[in-house]
Amino acid sequence: MALNNVNLEIRKGEFMALVGPSGCGKSILIDIVGGITQPNGGKIYIDGKPINGPALDRGIVFQGYALFPWRTALENVEFGLEANGIPKSERSAVAKKYLSLVGLSAFEGRYPYELSGGMKQRVAIARALAYDPDILLMDEPFGALDAQTREILQVELLKIWEETHKTILFVTHSIDEAVFLADRVAVMTARPGVIKSIVNVYLPRPRLDEETKSSPEFAKVRYDIWRLVKDEVAKSQQEVSYEMSVQSDLAEKVGA
Amino acid sequence: MDKNIFRGISYLRDGVQGSLIIVIFLALWELLPTVGIIDRVFLPPVSEVAMALVKMISSGSLIDHILISLQRAFLGFALAVLVAVPLGILMGWYKLFERFVDPLIQAFRNTSTLALYPVFILFLGIGEASKIAILFKAALWPILINTISGVKTVDPLLIKSARSMAVSNVFLFRKVVLPSSIPSIASGIRIGASIALVVLVAAEMIGAKSGLGFLIINSQYNFMIPEMYAAIVILVLLGLIINYALVWLEKKATGWKEEINI
Repeated sequence: MALNNVNLEIRKGEFMALVGPSGCGKSILIDIVGGITQPNGGKIYIDGKPINGPALDRGIVFQGYALFPWRTALENVEFGLEANGIPKSERSAVAKKYLSLVGLSAFEGRYPYELSGGMKQRVAIARALAYDPDILLMDEPFGALDAQTREILQVELLKIWEETHKTILFVTHSIDEAVFLADRVAVMTARPGVIKSIVNVYLPRPRLDEETKSSPEFAKVRYDIWRLVKDEVAKSQQEVSYEMSVQSDLAEKVGA
Repeated sequence: MDKNIFRGISYLRDGVQGSLIIVIFLALWELLPTVGIIDRVFLPPVSEVAMALVKMISSGSLIDHILISLQRAFLGFALAVLVAVPLGILMGWYKLFERFVDPLIQAFRNTSTLALYPVFILFLGIGEASKIAILFKAALWPILINTISGVKTVDPLLIKSARSMAVSNVFLFRKVVLPSSIPSIASGIRIGASIALVVLVAAEMIGAKSGLGFLIINSQYNFMIPEMYAAIVILVLLGLIINYALVWLEKKATGWKEEINI
């Protein structure tokens, strides 16, 4: 069991980050909210209505970009619209608008292999925004990017969030990232994942890279969350080292 | 201006590098039988073969053999594509169907194609049908196997991503599964075509009165050795042309793929 008794309420228009040790089920939670994985039990409600499979009120952005390699940047952004029967001219106009929102108008004709990691993720964000979902689910979206690109995209994401008023659930293993972006940070326990606590981040907005990250408030929230996460990481590490010690016992026996 | 000259030189260099080995090969082919290191009865010099080739072309007999071979190859191969691609897609997409038909397909696949040729002749006679059938059988497998694996090995993340956008199954299949299996299907088709060509020659040697395979074996029986080599040369050229054409088509169909230069 990956998740157990997860109870999380996200407010409309809120930026909620979710941190926790690797393998605690953060990504599964995103899949369940996105409707692409069925939970064994429990319910997810949006505006009081239980969700029933995937729908266009939620958009997912994956760590691995998940762009269709045979489609250009523009065609990738059009995908969700095309799948839901929006006519060609209309979806092309919408896709162009969102590509320009992520600053990639000049690259609309490029195939994914011709784009850098940061650009690919921008296309993926534009694709998720294009069908105008209320909720954006982001599963470690910047996890595969280099540090500089990551910081640039964090700032850009905040801008997009402020412009589009989406509700965002953002999974990350970076506490810095969570604190910098979110209104509230939910900390998950090691497997089976439970929400351990929720930390409010009262940093002023708009948040700017250096100013925000060098403020004493930032450091304090970051430290609070780090303490919460630390125990859980230690716990999940213990499990790993236990498994390893069992294996080494076996190895000795085999050796003897 | 300078740039153009440099480009011209580099094209020239590439051309020389690319054809140098062929030139050396042809030179040796001319030289070794002429000098007597190889018996010219068994390997006539390339000039003699070229002359035979010109004679065969001008008499018109060669063209007929080429056309009949191409016709057989095309029919058998096209039939294989028409059956293998839809069947492979079905097998890749519907796991239950795959499990049902797979044992039979594995059994047939591992039966030597030429071992079945007498059976085909028995049922279909010595005419065109048996040749087309054997080509079909030979080309079917690589296309089928590649199509199945293409459909089955679609990146699960892409499926997940498409599903998150509430796509229908039909849309998912048409817009995600199919395009992502195109490269695999295309290479299956290329392999199928080259196998078809090999089997074609064998089949024409065993039981035919026309075609390039027949021409080769018949020239040998009648000790028309330059003609035999001429037919082999034509076969090599045909194989090259078909392969390059298919590689070109494959590239066209997968223009979105990064080119890897090793």
